[in-house]
Amino acid sequence: MAVTGTDEAPAEPGRRKLITGPGILLVWLYGVMVVGAVSRSAVQISTDFGRAPLAYTLSALAGLVYGFITYSLVRGGERARRAALVCCAAELVGVLGVGAWTLAEPSAFPDATVWSDFGMGYLFIPVLLPVTALYWLRRSRAATRS
Amino acid sequence: MLVALTVATSVAALALAAWCGFAAYRDQPTKDWHFIGMGVVTLLALVQLVVGVVQLARGEDPEQGTTIFVAYLIGSFACVPAAGFMSLAERTRWGSVTVAAGGVVLAVLEVRLYDIWGG
Repeated sequence: MAVTGTDEAPAEPGRRKLITGPGILLVWLYGVMVVGAVSRSAVQISTDFGRAPLAYTLSALAGLVYGFITYSLVRGGERARRAALVCCAAELVGVLGVGAWTLAEPSAFPDATVWSDFGMGYLFIPVLLPVTALYWLRRSRAATRS
Repeated sequence: MLVALTVATSVAALALAAWCGFAAYRDQPTKDWHFIGMGVVTLLALVQLVVGVVQLARGEDPEQGTTIFVAYLIGSFACVPAAGFMSLAERTRWGSVTVAAGGVVLAVLEVRLYDIWGG
């Protein structure tokens, strides 16, 4: 990837960091969401999966996506940045899709997911986070180029 | 659950959030005084963890389940120190913003703890 130039060195220290400045806040919020979504779905799936299988599976999926994004942000470098970009876009689609779905067809969700009602139960962080992250990750690339 | 302790922890967490938010507003990283503040808030969360476990051991039951209750107790204890360590790695205003966010998250966890215990 000639565009990025300097950060393509294979050695660890050569990786461009994604967690400087505002990035650290993103990592923190994603970390909180990982713990929230993973532990929540783990409890729900292990104790009462039959009650709302769809909702609990979606929460677990959300947890996995959050985990991967957090890992990518911490790892840094161009490939991780792109992977995180793709995941954040998927996350945004997920939040909007599941959010609309829970409003349109509440009967499919006997219990809430992390992404229900666009993440209202989590102070709308689930819908604000991917937007912020997409902005940050795109800006990171712009900064690399200049 | 001691309601007074839950309220005290929430208020302390929000105060910490405001304080670190102010530091961020003034473009400052977290300093020693902030870390002492984090220590105080963490101590409150630790006391709450101990009190919660003692109450469970006495046979009192949280309304929404023991597992969830303990998970939230541990989470609320780990919350501020985790943010504190991240602010050590990021010595700019953004480290302060992270601790402020940690304080807000802790306050939310306290409200949830109160719900889980059943008022």
